[in-house]
Amino acid sequence: MNPVFDYHALAPELVLSGAIVVVLVADLLFPDREGLQTSRLASLGILVALVPVLTLAIDGADRSLFGGGFVVDDYAIALKAFFLLVAYVTVLVSADYVGEGDYYKGEFYFLLMSSVLGMLAMTSARDLISIFVALELISIPTFVLAGWRKHDTKSNEAAIKYYLIGVLSSAVMLYGMSLIYGLSGGKVLLADIGKFAAAGDAPPLFAVAIFLTLVGFAFKVSAVPFHFWAPDTYEGSPTPVTAFLSVASKAGGFVAILSIIYFGFFEADESWQPVLWALAAASMTVGNLTALRQTNIVRMLAYSSVAQGGFILVPLAVAQDAPRASFEAVVIYLFIYGAMNLGAFAVVIAVARRTRSGEIESYAGLGQTAPVLGILMSAFLLSLAGIPPLAGWFAKFVMFRAVFEAGGAGAVTLGVIAAVNSVIAFFYYAGVARRIWFEDPAAELAGPARVPAALTVALAMSAAVVLVIGVYPQLFARVGELAVPL
Amino acid sequence: MDWFDSGWGLTLAIFLPVAGMVVVLAIPKAQEQAIKIVALLTTLATLAAGVGLLVRFDYDDTGDLQFEANKSWIDVIQSRYHIGIDGIALPLLLLSMVVTVACVIYSWDHFPAPHNPKGFLALTLLLETGMNGTFAAQDLILFFIFFELVLLPMFFMIGVWGGPNRVYASIKFFLFTLFGSALMLLSFLALFFLTEPHTFDIPTLAEAAGEGLVGSTQNLIFLGLFLGFAIKVPMFPFHTWLPDAHTEAPTVGSVILAAVLLKLGTYGFVRIALPVLPQAAEDWAPWIGLLAVIGIIYGALCCLAQRDMKRLIAFSSVAHMGFVMLGIATLTDFGINAAVFGMVAHGLITGMLFFLAGSVQERYNTRELSRLGGLLVQAPRLGWILGFCAMASLGLPGLAGFWGEFPAILSAYEPLEGLPVETFRTFMVFAAIGTVLAAGYLLWMFQRVAFGEPKPEFESAHIHDVHAPEWIAWTPLLLLIVALGVYPNLLFKITDGAVTGVADGVAKAIGG
Repeated sequence: MNPVFDYHALAPELVLSGAIVVVLVADLLFPDREGLQTSRLASLGILVALVPVLTLAIDGADRSLFGGGFVVDDYAIALKAFFLLVAYVTVLVSADYVGEGDYYKGEFYFLLMSSVLGMLAMTSARDLISIFVALELISIPTFVLAGWRKHDTKSNEAAIKYYLIGVLSSAVMLYGMSLIYGLSGGKVLLADIGKFAAAGDAPPLFAVAIFLTLVGFAFKVSAVPFHFWAPDTYEGSPTPVTAFLSVASKAGGFVAILSIIYFGFFEADESWQPVLWALAAASMTVGNLTALRQTNIVRMLAYSSVAQGGFILVPLAVAQDAPRASFEAVVIYLFIYGAMNLGAFAVVIAVARRTRSGEIESYAGLGQTAPVLGILMSAFLLSLAGIPPLAGWFAKFVMFRAVFEAGGAGAVTLGVIAAVNSVIAFFYYAGVARRIWFEDPAAELAGPARVPAALTVALAMSAAVVLVIGVYPQLFARVGELAVPL
Repeated sequence: MDWFDSGWGLTLAIFLPVAGMVVVLAIPKAQEQAIKIVALLTTLATLAAGVGLLVRFDYDDTGDLQFEANKSWIDVIQSRYHIGIDGIALPLLLLSMVVTVACVIYSWDHFPAPHNPKGFLALTLLLETGMNGTFAAQDLILFFIFFELVLLPMFFMIGVWGGPNRVYASIKFFLFTLFGSALMLLSFLALFFLTEPHTFDIPTLAEAAGEGLVGSTQNLIFLGLFLGFAIKVPMFPFHTWLPDAHTEAPTVGSVILAAVLLKLGTYGFVRIALPVLPQAAEDWAPWIGLLAVIGIIYGALCCLAQRDMKRLIAFSSVAHMGFVMLGIATLTDFGINAAVFGMVAHGLITGMLFFLAGSVQERYNTRELSRLGGLLVQAPRLGWILGFCAMASLGLPGLAGFWGEFPAILSAYEPLEGLPVETFRTFMVFAAIGTVLAAGYLLWMFQRVAFGEPKPEFESAHIHDVHAPEWIAWTPLLLLIVALGVYPNLLFKITDGAVTGVADGVAKAIGG
């Protein structure tokens, strides 16, 4: 049987693959010291890859390839666009950081784009093997990226930790998947596994298999208690890479969970709902309480992203009772989280250019020395805290909506835990805002900050999303609604 | 003027300030004069829109929403941009506008340290949008957004321009209100899912009046709403953020906080909690009444123990808002009318008192009551205005404060049928004792600040009497205090129709 190739459906991946090759070769043939051309080439390649995503969206038809293992539907398209935009912003925030460092420049973008290619594949992956391959394609380049600053021991530590945990989690997940394959009688397509789960005659071991698979993903999205690698890795990695890990790579993990739950395990809800419930509650609470005590901004954002991951898991933990609302909530939350977290990291990069420090103390008086950066940082952090009218409120709102639509004691309890946590979270987000506005700057740092053009564009894009979606959430809400594959 | 009546007028009244804020932010920091003028013009234009609303308001039909707009906003969650005002919202909306104008004029050339008029005025304008929007919102989610919108500017206003303990006070203020509003949001969501058809529309929900909701569920949802609003009011025992916030806030921050922000809580009770969940309101009313009365007595006793003038006024707010809440707890049209009147009167009077406390502090560099004295000798006009406002605040007949306090106490004599009459009559007695205490602490404060000879340390100090920006800012407030005191029907006429509608709805739901 000859496989039928629908080139239009594969176009985003193909274009990006082409761009990856171009970036690699161009860097080889025309080396430039600053790496700026390579970064421009990379961002151009990512934008070109958006074009077929748009044409697919306009076309609107669902496409299925490779015996149903690769599907392009509205859900996949929406998230492909999301990942490409996140990648674009990541390249923008990386440009000057990488250019000023003394390391290989071209390969940086090559690895970054390879990881993005894995994300694009993940959105369409509908069988266990594709999901696994996509996840590895996301992860392996980031292992190298985390150790980019190879003369820095912290960066080495970051990479090693991330690598070991990553491999371990892959192994656990793969073991779970192999059990599923065996128990279901050789099924790899999520749709087939879904039928098997719905039939209700799965042996008890099936629950163990689901559990192991979810644990594997829990490592990827750094859900408590599988989060220990995240703060060290985030702190040690180059900051743009950290931004990428905390947004794109994490979102990749969530997309995998979404697919595997909604297309595969959906009917076996007693096996996965309690697991996700516990992961969500623990991630929110532990993430927030640990974040309270951080003195380094990147570590604080790392723990905050653990907590935010918990918030994203909340709707998943009630997905069986409110399928549509939960799906929408996860997608919308990912979109908004992406914008506000990338924005926060962009400010961290901009500030560190001047202060050479990642300590929260160094933000004292930022509102006086660099008011625009101060306003932006406050906006991103308070958006993460979920304060209206910044976009974060809507992310939290759709999460609560899913919880209440599901109803039931377990769901409402989780909702109350989430509500208490959003109040706790305000403490540390506002703690930074407090330093920015209520304290005086250190004397030696007086003088304006220069923010490079690429970083400015990244900041402007994130800020625009945070403000516009905060006031008019309908834009994202509509996309979230369309993306629901049910 | 069709465009004005069909929602654009009200929309303008809400969003003009935020447009002004954008302009203010665009002006370079060094051009202070331009910034101030833009801010003043914006608040004046907003007030003009408000006056337009006042003029074109149909006073024969105060119970119905007017200047309504109902446009699609977030369709996916079925939340709409639904705004409109009735006889309850109109006076509060105007209060917010008048107070903001007064605040901008008052701060004209004495911005508190660290100066920065640009930031200060931008925040003031943002606050106004939040306040106006809350009073006009007719959709729960829209209400929530505006209700929360006031938090950030006030947080920064206290934190940046506040007193020595400002960081603690600003975080405390924010956390208390954030906690309350998180629970309030959960209640909104529960309401949405438990009513058929699912809706966030306040008039629709009020129409349904909790139909189809089991009593225990109603009570639980009401608890969430209660916490959200009661923290904002603030009611005893959720009031502890208030004295700190007031003491540390800059003068203008205190004025806005006292005059308008506290009203958002009481307004929430009248607009949302009572009409939407009348049965739960009936179950809760005695407890609300109890907390209100405890607030009246406790606030008054705390006032007597204060050494700081501003802190004293802050605690007097707790007591005065107790009267408002007592009026609401009776669930009668008489009581709620008194409550709405009390809100406006308290806004004008306590706003004035905070202005005065700020002016006193500016002149003496202290608010310590034991160090003050002889204001009438050194700055007689300022002293007499303080006396006038103290009288108004203690409920002297003929001034606005009386019409908020006295009918509220009276209304407790005969609460809505079904409520425990004896309990409410006991409340009435304690509330009446509260007025005596109020007279005590206010006169005591006036005497300490204004009477006698100046203390030796200030004897030779040059104390400037009321200057021009102060006159301009205060005159409208003072005139309104007199006008409403002499002719209370000015306000009762507007509120009555709307209040009767609310009270009838509650009575009908309980009876049926």
